[in-house]
Amino acid sequence: MTKLTFQARFDFLNDIREFVARIARQGGFSEKEIYSLQLAADEAATNIIEHACADLPNANFDVTCEMRGNTLMIIMHDMGAPFDPAAIQPPNLTADLSARKIGGLGLYLMHKLMDEVHYTPNSKTGNVLTMLKHRG
Amino acid sequence: MEITTQEFKHCDLIKITGRIDSSTAPVFGKALDKANENGRFKIVLDMSGLEYMSSAGFRAMLASQRNCQRYNRGELVLVAVPERIREALELAGFTELFKTFDDSVTAVGSF
Repeated sequence: MTKLTFQARFDFLNDIREFVARIARQGGFSEKEIYSLQLAADEAATNIIEHACADLPNANFDVTCEMRGNTLMIIMHDMGAPFDPAAIQPPNLTADLSARKIGGLGLYLMHKLMDEVHYTPNSKTGNVLTMLKHRG
Repeated sequence: MEITTQEFKHCDLIKITGRIDSSTAPVFGKALDKANENGRFKIVLDMSGLEYMSSAGFRAMLASQRNCQRYNRGELVLVAVPERIREALELAGFTELFKTFDDSVTAVGSF
């Protein structure tokens, strides 16, 4: 079973991280890499819960996690509001304290932690986020 | 996640253990706010028992640092940041916003 459905609530972030860690461990990733994969999955799921599903009571979303050869694939599928990744400003990592903005940090971390991040918004069939990490 | 706060003469020592994500970060943020509400702006955050922190935790730390440093009245400093968390903080460009110490005795003594 590589696809699990979660309620769009922060209480389930730990379960999502555990799910990703289990598949990654079976796939031979190091503990350091597993931490990164858990963080990327957490940030992605947090964005879905906080933004895409914000106005949907009792929303669910699917998380698929599996190895394809030497690559771990995480797919998240939600029926919430689509967003335009190009409209999200990357965080300014050198701004001083007062000018530092926190928005967009999750998306930035996902890109830094994973080898590939793809997002396909679709208001009819749902939004699909695909993240890939090759085993080092 | 568990939080304990210890008051010293010149600063508060807040120790967090466990995992901070979007479900637990609000409680973490409230503990930091509470110190400020009590007029305490010099804070040592002991992270030695922390297993995990997402950007939701970073966000709470940033908000607290802003509040602590306002009017030069204090600062939030970090102690014993676990390697994986430090790496994530570095990716986020956060390490330069916080002084870090290896142990809490030195950090408390710095105030």
